[in-house]
Amino acid sequence: MLTKRIIGCFDVDNGRVVKGISFVELRDAGDPVELATLYDHEGIDELVFLDITASHEDRNTVVDMVRRTADRVFIPFTVGGGLRSDDDMMLMLESGADKITINTAAVERPALISEGAQRFGSQCIVVAIDARTESDGSMQVYTHGGRRPTGIDAVEWAREVVERGAGEIMLTSMNTDGHQDGYDIPLTRAVSDAVGVPVIASGGAGNAQHMIDAIAEGNADAVLAASIFHFGTHPIMDVKRQMRAAGIPMRMEQADYDDVL
Amino acid sequence: MSDPLLADLDVIILDYGAGNLRSVVRAVERVGARPEVASEPAALDEADVVILPGVGAAADTMRNLRERALVEPIREYIAADRPFLGVCMGLQALMTVSEEGGEHACLDVLQGRVVRLPAGRKIPHMGWNQVALRRRTPLFEGIPDGSHFYFVHSYYCDMAEPAEVVAVAEYGTDVTAAVERGRLAATQFHPEKSGAYGLRIYGNFLREHACA
Repeated sequence: MLTKRIIGCFDVDNGRVVKGISFVELRDAGDPVELATLYDHEGIDELVFLDITASHEDRNTVVDMVRRTADRVFIPFTVGGGLRSDDDMMLMLESGADKITINTAAVERPALISEGAQRFGSQCIVVAIDARTESDGSMQVYTHGGRRPTGIDAVEWAREVVERGAGEIMLTSMNTDGHQDGYDIPLTRAVSDAVGVPVIASGGAGNAQHMIDAIAEGNADAVLAASIFHFGTHPIMDVKRQMRAAGIPMRMEQADYDDVL
Repeated sequence: MSDPLLADLDVIILDYGAGNLRSVVRAVERVGARPEVASEPAALDEADVVILPGVGAAADTMRNLRERALVEPIREYIAADRPFLGVCMGLQALMTVSEEGGEHACLDVLQGRVVRLPAGRKIPHMGWNQVALRRRTPLFEGIPDGSHFYFVHSYYCDMAEPAEVVAVAEYGTDVTAAVERGRLAATQFHPEKSGAYGLRIYGNFLREHACA
């Protein structure tokens, strides 16, 4: 049976992971590659790196991070942040990323989705959607890190990005993001039920039950989490055991590359 | 990290413009071999092992293989029963015909059609799926039946010869996960993205043919 995925997400600024991360076992907790290696070892199913560096003039730092990650991590990983052309995507994929994710750039120029899908295949193209449920109940797409309303309906946009070739949707609720109080179930469900591609729920993870709800109630195919794993208080395998106990199919293997060879 | 048995193997990873070879190269290096990336047909002459990776669409893959004059050399290499490992599109390209984006003749090394996954589930089939072994072969040495591997695909191989299917994954149907015939093996999943057991697939395949 296809398992549900737990995806670890790192925000990276100038090659350093932002948001406080305190792993005692790490020599350098700000190094995204070292964190990625640890998460892989701890049983994460997939990783996302979001480059939030203000200036994207110099891509060398990100390329270096992607290359070093591909050297050490043998699970899929996605890279996003400031990618504006299919050549930008190519650079990341050639450096070793399995998928790329685009958000604001896709809203500003939707043809970018199909350009990427035609050149690299839909399986590489993850469209990130930031959405907010407004007081009138409408679900609106936001861009620029959730700061700018677009007037676009989230479900309609989700359908459109899939038509244009997105292979997966990473859906973040601006209502729940950062609160660690649970994912946005109605939004997740509305989008997941509207499209035929996998949907990753994002924003609001605080414990295993939240992830169970996002999958069982929100029909998410994967759950993304940033901060809950970053402090070691919710070990990944503990979360997976709870999810499996709730009837959700999970991958329980952990990568010990030295042991298996 | 180099394995003396594997380090001397001439492992060729075929580059036909499909991108993201880096993961496959690093996975093969990680198990102790020293692979070379090559795109010219002559590279197959001296190879001990050939790996055909790949993502993307069947039509592009076949066009790229034709443009590089690799079609006949690959067919002859496999017909001589020399060690060959196909991964994902590198499996689908071996089939008779693919229905992805029309009808596209493929390498016709393995008989059968590449068909769309059945409706009713999310497509692509993306993520870690449990792989059930139909029979035990050296490729899965040390890997428990029912282990998870990473899949990402929208079409799958409907094999004319069921005996060639060594492993399947359930996704609305029994999806062909691994095939073997003689010294040809191929997987629908990505071993280079499937953690420790994925690396083990590469190690098993190379070790099996290092001794031969």
